[in-house]
Amino acid sequence: MGAAEERIYDGNDVEITSKDNDQTDQYLTFIMASEEYGVDILSVQEIRGWESVTPIPNSPPHVKGVINLRGTIVPIVDLRQRFGLKNVEYGPLTVVIVLKVATAKGSRIMGIVVDAVSDVYSLSEEEMKSAPDLGDHVNTLYIKGLVNVNNKMVILLDINELLGSDSIPEVSINAIKELKEAR
Amino acid sequence: MSIDLSQFHQVFFEESFEGLQVMESSLLDLDCENVDSETINSIFRAAHSIKGSSSTFGFTEVAEFTHVLETLLDQVREGSRQLLSDHVDLLLQSVDCLHSMLTALQAKEEVDTEQSKVLIQAFNDILEGRESTSPTVASAAGAADVATSQMAPTLEPGSAEEVTWNIKFVPDGNLLRTGNEPLRMFRELAELGELDVKANLAKLPDIAVLNPEECYLSWEMYLTTVKPKSDIEEIFEWVVDESDITISATAGLFGDLPSQSSVVDTDAGALPGGIPTEQAVEQSESEKLPNKDIIAPPQKTAAQKDSGKGSESTSIRVSIEKIDSLVNLVGELVITQSMLGQLGNEFDMDKLQKLQEGLAQLEHNTRELQESVMRIRMLPISFTFSRFPRMVRDLSKQLGKKIDLKLLGESTELDKTVMEKIGDPLVHLVRNALDHGLELPEERRAAGKSETGTITLNAFHQGGNIIIEIIDDGKGLNSERILEKARANGVISESEILSDEQIQELIFQPGFSTAEKVTDVSGRGVGMDVVRRNILELNGSIEVRSAAGKGSTFTIRLPLTLAILDGQLINVGNQTYIIPLVSIVESLQPNMELVNHVAGGCDVFRLRDEYIPIIKLCEVFGVDPISDNLSESLLVVVEVGNSKVALVVDDLLGQQQVVIKSMESNYKKVDGISGATILGDGTVSLILDITDLIHMAGVRQQSKNGLKLVSSKTRAA
Repeated sequence: MGAAEERIYDGNDVEITSKDNDQTDQYLTFIMASEEYGVDILSVQEIRGWESVTPIPNSPPHVKGVINLRGTIVPIVDLRQRFGLKNVEYGPLTVVIVLKVATAKGSRIMGIVVDAVSDVYSLSEEEMKSAPDLGDHVNTLYIKGLVNVNNKMVILLDINELLGSDSIPEVSINAIKELKEAR
Repeated sequence: MSIDLSQFHQVFFEESFEGLQVMESSLLDLDCENVDSETINSIFRAAHSIKGSSSTFGFTEVAEFTHVLETLLDQVREGSRQLLSDHVDLLLQSVDCLHSMLTALQAKEEVDTEQSKVLIQAFNDILEGRESTSPTVASAAGAADVATSQMAPTLEPGSAEEVTWNIKFVPDGNLLRTGNEPLRMFRELAELGELDVKANLAKLPDIAVLNPEECYLSWEMYLTTVKPKSDIEEIFEWVVDESDITISATAGLFGDLPSQSSVVDTDAGALPGGIPTEQAVEQSESEKLPNKDIIAPPQKTAAQKDSGKGSESTSIRVSIEKIDSLVNLVGELVITQSMLGQLGNEFDMDKLQKLQEGLAQLEHNTRELQESVMRIRMLPISFTFSRFPRMVRDLSKQLGKKIDLKLLGESTELDKTVMEKIGDPLVHLVRNALDHGLELPEERRAAGKSETGTITLNAFHQGGNIIIEIIDDGKGLNSERILEKARANGVISESEILSDEQIQELIFQPGFSTAEKVTDVSGRGVGMDVVRRNILELNGSIEVRSAAGKGSTFTIRLPLTLAILDGQLINVGNQTYIIPLVSIVESLQPNMELVNHVAGGCDVFRLRDEYIPIIKLCEVFGVDPISDNLSESLLVVVEVGNSKVALVVDDLLGQQQVVIKSMESNYKKVDGISGATILGDGTVSLILDITDLIHMAGVRQQSKNGLKLVSSKTRAA
């Protein structure tokens, strides 16, 4: 995040962690390519280290494979690849966040591979800014909102939109870039 | 303290559906000429318990309806009524009606009483018919009775007018034995108003055969009172179930009939019942009205809340034997575990053999336990077969055919999930056999066969499969017509020459029906391909064998269970996959001389005198193989339906039973993969779907070469 953007946001900084009333939701944030993303903590089942997966034949590249999570077969999605980011080697910090995703048919358990887990924030509805409309060519449905935490933008993801449907919406890092430029 | 009865609803519905099944199958067994009292009893018992429990749960519509039914059955049981085939038809219709009422109640929907009312009326006509021939009955017309009794309750609230009630009391012979004294009831009645009792002595036997403990009398009373009908019913409360009691208003009211009847009509919807035999109703009409109002709203909100969930939770009944054997096995497991635990506490190498023994025992126990648990899911196939006698009976009437249905191997056990999914395809096949397969009696006679056609349903185990056969002795498939139709539809080209077997297979193609006209029963041409697809989804297969003029046999082959399979572990590249053992014919090292390359990119392998296409798993799955050289790999010959293919694998590992885990629950269906399982080391391994694989390989070849591989594709599709 550049200095120019920080200046723009200066005015609307919100002290977030100190506020903790009933209307706030908690978000688990994680880092990917030095951006911070957040998911609703209630959908998080567990956080695990990266372990080898069984690849699924003929699956899209971002679906790394399936793991055995105490008897359940759980697919693992690489969020970097999903967002079209550069691949990195999985290291000791690489984590898998296991999420419960609501779908039309109920819910399913999925894991996402991210660079590292960051923090947990309590955020209220008002602090959240909806993602600006970037036109037809950029799908922002999976972005629940943007929020400023300690001068840093956190992108809150709607995992149900992102992972819930079988036909996965086209997501690219360009969308996020454009998003930042638009602000 | 109030108990929330709704927690028992599920049990009630299950029991009731079971009861209905008993009624239906017993009704079908009934022979009107020669009524077996045990059969009637079992029908009666089923009806009675449905009545009892439905009124307990406040499902009055069901209770009322069942009561009328029960009244008729009771008379048949006692022998006071000859059972006619019309009655059986009516009873069967009632079973259907009850079924739909209960289904509606289970789904928390509004019950449609339209049908039940018509049936109740029909039952009453029969019952009234008896009464009009009986000497006890006053000559009042049955229809008038119905009208008055329906409107009488609507007059009650607030009306202090004197009403003369006509009460017909025909007690059960056991009345006195159960400690009920009619005299005391009459005294109580007399307290309500002016009472006039006439005893009917018609049934009184000769003094020589008279049993002093038996009640032979019946009574007809006229009671003039200001009290509501409920008070009268209360007096008869204890004998209602065993007796025939009719309470109807008489006298001066008839004059008002026309003006009242419109009121009756509108109220009829809200007040189901209202029939001469309404003494069955535990609550009086006046009590019922407010109750309905109070109960209805919460039910509705509950329905709204539950609508998303649906009534999906299903359960099965398990015999206590199976549970006992499970408990035993768990006991053994615990013993083995404690033995091993003890061994582990103070282990040295001397005890190695003991440890090995213990582990062997543990393996043994686990396997037995697993088998027992799986057996819990197994139900006899009679659960599915039981619906056919009824269906065949109805359809044979409708189609004017004489049909004899034979059920064989009804006790063959099958996994519950498989059973649920095989029901519809089976129904379809049986209907087809009835409609298209079997001929009309005249045609059969002309063909020199007996007039009665036979449909045989046969189920038996074969290896790890269950085989279900649907055999008819009808006219068989008409190969020429099928071929004609297939050419007309463009399923096959004009020049293609097919064997008889291949022609018969064509009926499983989409949009295929050779029935000359579409009937209600079948022939819309949406059938056989759906049947086949359903069966393929269960990892099963279906075949047809037919001889013109002799009949057809459909053979369905299904895996016993969907939860566990015997698998062969194989290696492709660095991946481990599992092939279902049942589909493996043999595994071998290829002799390169027998491998031929067919122009177009497909390798075939000559196995004895067959040419088998070779599928390279590493290519299909995009895995780097250990060796590109076929001679260093192994071939696993697998069979689906009638087609064989050879899969190229790098290595064969062990065989083991694997528990199938769904990929769809958290991901989606993967081409060529039927599921996943967890191996001993905790890693996930994928189970191959051979049918899918053959298809995939065909498509791949096609797209690669632009050529059509008839042999592997059309057969597998």
